[in-house]
Amino acid sequence: MNRRLLPYLLLAPATLFLCVFFAYPFLMVAGEAFSRDGQLTVANFQDMIGNWKFPATLGNTMLLAGTVVPLQLIMALGMASVVTHLERGRGAILYIFAIPLGISDLAAGIIWLAIFEQSGFLNSLLTMMGIIDKPIQFLGYQNKMTIFIAVLIAELWRATAIVMVILVAGMGLIPKEYNEAAEVFGASRWQRFIKVTLPLLRPSLQTALILRTILAFEVFAVVVALSGTNFPVLMGETYHWQFELQDRNVAAAFAMLILVISIGFTLFFTKALNVPKEARI
Amino acid sequence: MTEVTATASAPAKPAPDARKAGHWLLMATIVLFCIWVLAPIYLLVVNALSSPEEVRAFPKAFWPSFDTGSLRFFVEFNGVLKALWNSVLVASLTMTFSILAGAPAGYALSRFDFPGKDVFRVMVLMTRAFPLPLLALPLAVFFIRTGLDDTALGLALVHTTLALPFAVLITFSLFSGIPYELEEAAHTLGCNRLQAFWKVIWPLAMPGIAASAVFAFTISWNEVFAAAVLTIQNRTLPAFLLQSLDVSPPHLKFAGGAALVIPALLFIFAVRKYLFAMWGIANR
Repeated sequence: MNRRLLPYLLLAPATLFLCVFFAYPFLMVAGEAFSRDGQLTVANFQDMIGNWKFPATLGNTMLLAGTVVPLQLIMALGMASVVTHLERGRGAILYIFAIPLGISDLAAGIIWLAIFEQSGFLNSLLTMMGIIDKPIQFLGYQNKMTIFIAVLIAELWRATAIVMVILVAGMGLIPKEYNEAAEVFGASRWQRFIKVTLPLLRPSLQTALILRTILAFEVFAVVVALSGTNFPVLMGETYHWQFELQDRNVAAAFAMLILVISIGFTLFFTKALNVPKEARI
Repeated sequence: MTEVTATASAPAKPAPDARKAGHWLLMATIVLFCIWVLAPIYLLVVNALSSPEEVRAFPKAFWPSFDTGSLRFFVEFNGVLKALWNSVLVASLTMTFSILAGAPAGYALSRFDFPGKDVFRVMVLMTRAFPLPLLALPLAVFFIRTGLDDTALGLALVHTTLALPFAVLITFSLFSGIPYELEEAAHTLGCNRLQAFWKVIWPLAMPGIAASAVFAFTISWNEVFAAAVLTIQNRTLPAFLLQSLDVSPPHLKFAGGAALVIPALLFIFAVRKYLFAMWGIANR
């Protein structure tokens, strides 16, 4: 086998695959978003923005992503730090912390539905403790705030694990000596965390933030399971336009919007948390 | 498992009391986090193991009655078994495709320097910046034209797009961890490239490849959006549950949720050793 050709041969299946099922559909979705009946137009975007539900949809998604991602980062940092302080049983604890990683957004939605529904566990608990007389409708359409909190908690529960895993892996790459040196100079635990661990963790923070932000804008099944259509989000509206309204072009416009937001945040985090190659550990 | 920064042997040890208090605080935090992760799953299982009447009752008991009524209703519900079978089929196909295409790419990236290597790596990394399930929208039309619409194969191809970047990255880190010298030694002993790979590298890489296969399976098993867009008759379990969310009785939802979750727990358990290694490398 020719040594020069071999790597290309090995890459060929994956490359072919990504071209057919990634690059090509991407071009198609862009084409559909900017055309209607073969005509080049921005009408799809006008229809999308003009729809009465659009401001709420965009607002909900933004609000959710803007709340969930920072909270997840804090929580994941907490989880990763307590795990690194463990001497025994770290593997078992990490497994437990990582469990939600394997659970789909739909299943997570159903799990929290069992808790938040009107005859669910939260209402049962509150009733048994005598705090309320009759069950509260947390997920009713008139209770936007409690729906938001329920979705927020479900998302926190489901998707913090991925951030935690990335951060634990990143903390493992930081040489022990840095922390020990800081300790010798009298830095407290908190100071070491802020001034040594966090800055050295920047590449992992970047990966985690990019991945989580993109996924946060894709939130879909959790919301559908918990609220039906009472809490519209971008991905849910995409689905709605594609199926209930049978308008592929507007659905494609929604897809482009999600794509633009995702790329925007990717570029932002890439720039904001950039670590020059020479400065990496 | 990677070695992680520990705060062993502080030069000036704090007073024993403070250390003890810190220890208890740490333990309490860990217990709280564990409850936070496990309690909701427990409650879902309680619902799945209660009779339909108990699931609808109020207030609810916090322990299961071990009644199989809900589960039996779920299994006997029209279309559930077929959806389960479709899920397994699609996930198996996804697993096969992503390893067959991903592992050679990971191997090539770890062993060779060649022009265009960075272009490929950037392309793989770029897929992460895209909301991939959305690509199912245009593919729906493409599949109708090619006869792949509403088939397990068509959906598996889309799921492979989701799983392939991970397969490439995991196998890349895996092969990078196996010294090239081992292969060279095999070459000097008279193996050709294929033999060297098969007899030396494959046995070493097997467990990691199996882990990335399980990971691909999990990605497909859990995926909802593309599955709901691309299938109508041949729904996978998540797509089936999503479609019937607003019409199905609560016990069906919870039994279905449990059917989704329990295998996922096993998958994560199977790949637990590789979760961290793969992200550690993927950071770079």
